[in-house]
Amino acid sequence: MLTITDLQASVDDKEILKGINLEIKPGEVHAIMGPNGSGKSTLASVLAGREEYEVTGGSVEFEGQDLLEMSPEERAAAGIFLAFQYPVEIPGVTTINFLKTALNEIRKSRGEAPLDAAQFLKLMREKAKIVNIDDALLKRSLNEGFSGGEKKRNEIFQMAMLEPKLAILDETDSGLDIDALRIVAEGVNKLRSPERAVIVVTHYQRLLDYIVPDYVHVLYKGRIVKSGSKELAFELEEKGYDWIKAEVAAL
Amino acid sequence: MSNILNNDLKQQLVADFQATESRLNGEAKTEVHQKRREAMQRFEALGFPTIKHEEWKYSNVNNLVKQAFDFNVKSDFGANDVETLEIPNLQGNVLYFVNGMYNAELSSIVSPESQLQILNFGRAVKEKPELLATYFAHYANYQDEAFTALNTAFAHDGVVVHVPAGKVVEEPIILRFITDARTANAASQPRNLIVVGKNAEVKMAEAFRTIGDNGSFTNVVTEIVVEENANVQYYKVQNETEKAYHIGTTQVIQKDKSHFYAVTVTVNGGFVRNNLNIVLDGQHCESFMYGLYFPNGKQHVDNHTLVDHAKPNSYSNELYKGILKDTSTGVFNGKIFVREYASKTNAYQSCRNVVLSDEASMNTKPQLEIYNDDVKCSHGTTTGKLNDEAIFYMRSRGIPKAEAVTLLMYAFCEDVISQIKIESIREYLSGLIVEKLAQ
Repeated sequence: MLTITDLQASVDDKEILKGINLEIKPGEVHAIMGPNGSGKSTLASVLAGREEYEVTGGSVEFEGQDLLEMSPEERAAAGIFLAFQYPVEIPGVTTINFLKTALNEIRKSRGEAPLDAAQFLKLMREKAKIVNIDDALLKRSLNEGFSGGEKKRNEIFQMAMLEPKLAILDETDSGLDIDALRIVAEGVNKLRSPERAVIVVTHYQRLLDYIVPDYVHVLYKGRIVKSGSKELAFELEEKGYDWIKAEVAAL
Repeated sequence: MSNILNNDLKQQLVADFQATESRLNGEAKTEVHQKRREAMQRFEALGFPTIKHEEWKYSNVNNLVKQAFDFNVKSDFGANDVETLEIPNLQGNVLYFVNGMYNAELSSIVSPESQLQILNFGRAVKEKPELLATYFAHYANYQDEAFTALNTAFAHDGVVVHVPAGKVVEEPIILRFITDARTANAASQPRNLIVVGKNAEVKMAEAFRTIGDNGSFTNVVTEIVVEENANVQYYKVQNETEKAYHIGTTQVIQKDKSHFYAVTVTVNGGFVRNNLNIVLDGQHCESFMYGLYFPNGKQHVDNHTLVDHAKPNSYSNELYKGILKDTSTGVFNGKIFVREYASKTNAYQSCRNVVLSDEASMNTKPQLEIYNDDVKCSHGTTTGKLNDEAIFYMRSRGIPKAEAVTLLMYAFCEDVISQIKIESIREYLSGLIVEKLAQ
């Protein structure tokens, strides 16, 4: 589904990603872990098409298409979804209106008829249950004045609405208490399917207790330095990142 | 008043005034005409303002004064043309003024006379002399303001509204000022007087629209008297052409416990100057002023507000927002006076702008003159660009960039648009704004 080959990227002429290789198949959940500043969020941003990042080398193929040639909206239409680490507050645009516009734009680009108001509301009610998100919240301006937990729940709700093929969760656990974390993780689990792949970017193992990954990769200094099964995450939780750093230094 | 004006605009107007006066017969002796004559004298003394005048520093009327206008353009604007004006579902008391003249045929008054007395200015001079004697030109400052003086001198048409005490006018009043510039450079000077009695309530809109490719000049003055405990919603909507000059003054006086809401939306216009002056001549009054403007191309929009807290315990709040593109220019000048005896005044002002081009410019000038210690006043202005992160967020959800930008700009305006409580006007504007923002 997704093939990342020797991906290099920089921001403000500072090289952050120094050659990432990663292969993701439908239905898989990959966790990307690593110490602060290792390039985790950069990788998520580059995949979603954030313009501040300049890709300086390598390639990314998504379902046979050159992802790096696509605009962020084209990537969304192709089925890529980024759950933001810091969801943006947009005063004056309700979540409902925002999502209706987004969903119908995506449908349009796929040659599907737009949903009318009734169809949209029905779909929304159904999906809102997945993360237990309140109707009243959806009628408010997007993320404006939402708590951290509400923002992250809203991200997963959006994911449920847009039904991506590949979801990238960028530190979705940051700033969440355990109850909020559980709701968000359960929402993600309900959305797992044999067709849908998920990349979970996180600093802590905690989230992976709830969203159990098939693979864990450790990103350090812009490279994936170690890959393994979910046990690798426990090891990192127990021993921290220093032993990884030492291993890399020894090479 | 039928002559073409040339760059001797001032002398031309003086001559016009005399010509008009000679045709007045009995009306020349009325109090209204005494005011006109006084105003003409003031206009002669003041002349047109130049950019040396502090209040006109950023709005140069030099090009206006040099142009030729006909104040009496004949228009065949009729029912068919109304169809082409895009306010659907327009219900209520809808009055049409074409090139400044009331058009009874197109207009419809639906409210019962017990709720609403509404008639054109010319008729009011004959039928409501006592109302005009009490209120006309008592508030709009023709002594010092050249354009107000000019309008007062030529006050012959427009609307006179009287809402009797205790009446709630259920249907809105919508005044449509159509400038028909299809055949010539058309000018008009509507004059409106709105008197809302004690405990009375009314919603009204003034909608200005220019059609045709020639130049136009509108010099409008509206006086609004809000009596004790009355509630007035007033909306001014401008959708004129690139060649249109619009200079307007809305002069409001509020008595005890009255509420006044103003929303001024400039969708299009070549050169626009809106003066909104409110005197809070009562205690426990509330005034809200909202504004929106979207100049593009070479458009110029200048909003001057003046809030005069003359008595204690009142509240005023204003929020103006603009989105500027291309080489357009904007001005916001907000003056707040708190008089010596006006303790416990709360007065707030905010002006927020998004400037989308390096060549566009916005001049904001808050002016607070406070002569009392026991008050709460604040003002703030911001000028910025659109939030790139918000645009990326929307794009990452599949919304194309152009759409995301429009949505974001519309969202910026939303809190002002939602203040408009006449649904047909709000819907109309909302459509116009989306269209304009997408340009």
